[in-house]
Amino acid sequence: MTESQKAQEITETSYSDLPAKAKELADNGYRVVQICATSKDGKTEILYSFDKDFQMINYKVYVPDDMTVPSISGSFWPAFIFENEMHDLFGIEFTDLVLDYKGNFFKLSSKTPWKTEVKKGVE
Amino acid sequence: MMGKRTIIPFGPQHPALPEPIHLDLELEDEKVIRAIPSIGYVHRGLEKLVEHNDYQLMCFVMERVCGICSFGHSWGYAAAVEGLMDIKVPERAEHLRTIFHELSRIHSHLLWLGLLADAMGFESLFMNCWRLREAILDIFEKSTGGRVILSFTRIGGQFKDISKESLAEIVAILENMRKELSVITNVFLEDASVKNRMCGVGKLSKEDIMKLGATGPTARGSGVNNDVRCLDLGKYKELGFKPILETDGDCYARCKVRVREVFQSIDLIIKDIENIPEGPVNIPVKGMPPVGEFIVRIEQPRGEAFYYVKGNGTKYLDRARVRTPTNANIPILVKVLQGCDLNDVTMMVMTIDPCISCTER
Repeated sequence: MTESQKAQEITETSYSDLPAKAKELADNGYRVVQICATSKDGKTEILYSFDKDFQMINYKVYVPDDMTVPSISGSFWPAFIFENEMHDLFGIEFTDLVLDYKGNFFKLSSKTPWKTEVKKGVE
Repeated sequence: MMGKRTIIPFGPQHPALPEPIHLDLELEDEKVIRAIPSIGYVHRGLEKLVEHNDYQLMCFVMERVCGICSFGHSWGYAAAVEGLMDIKVPERAEHLRTIFHELSRIHSHLLWLGLLADAMGFESLFMNCWRLREAILDIFEKSTGGRVILSFTRIGGQFKDISKESLAEIVAILENMRKELSVITNVFLEDASVKNRMCGVGKLSKEDIMKLGATGPTARGSGVNNDVRCLDLGKYKELGFKPILETDGDCYARCKVRVREVFQSIDLIIKDIENIPEGPVNIPVKGMPPVGEFIVRIEQPRGEAFYYVKGNGTKYLDRARVRTPTNANIPILVKVLQGCDLNDVTMMVMTIDPCISCTER
């Protein structure tokens, strides 16, 4: 399997398990490559990508209805960039964010422009 | 005794910043205690357009993420969609992509060297760097019709072929440029006043780089290899690509990496042109991207860029994500500015080289 094929593996996990997984990766020398949200039909998912020696690990979590997710910036300090971005664009709240701009990281003309309405109870 | 505390706003409009990033510099006398960045002054929301634009047309939108590394962005997006749709691009197109990507690196690094010279007050050096860069833009114009936005890449290959004569001309231009480059880059590497501004300034250890996830010449200047040209995209493996690393971790080391990379890119292009096979440069693309996801990483001039696409079976993708190199380098910028002299802020920002156009995609 090539590095490119390996990079396509995405593991679904629970958002509550993510901080522990992130800590384990940080302790093993991984770096955070990116974090991004996708929002469609009232559902939002977050893709986390980590790398060590060109080997990528991807986790996907589904965001709960109240849009509050634990931050991984305690383990990966640079994650604050991506988490503030998702907060400002998608309206996702992160708990325990090490550097919280409180909605002022991006200067946007409208608040959380990429947020779609979360439909309660939609699986 | 504690010095006087002051907060200086640095940017979004500043002579040393070609693009709008804002830093609040908290100072104690002349020492920077803390730097707080904020971005978003020109945020365009290009990623969101994928929900309303045909996936093929989005290639031209993605190219507009940046006016310096535009070719790389179209390649990264195209490669991600091609991966999603299981499209095998013709060999000649892969070679052309590698050649044009390295030409983009040369023009980006020359632009950066010019800006660095300008920030130090070396105006003739600045103009000479940009004069040489013009030759690359001329190559772009002659071969694709565009100097900044090339619209050369599409899903399934390249828009058109480049003739044998044009490729030979590119080799001749680069051979000529190499001689002039040696003279110009010698000033960056040997001139005492340039060294005084950069040697030992803005040191970043290997541990800092690993911990803060920096990419590109910033990481390679501290001896960290996360150059994704070592992966399987493009023809780099066949060309025997080896990343350029320096170990001092200061502004001078980051400058040296870029200077050496310009020469390396010339070698890679010439070698690639010698080995380029004949054949088609694109294949027809039919159908819609299936339900699924695909990830591609590409080494832009400023570092690793990450592309993620998510298809839903229609011509509109659910998501196209671009994480540009500067996104990854902002944390290291915050770190390196802590504890530095106010006078050195410009050099540090310059050598980390944030591209706000990319960041504000």
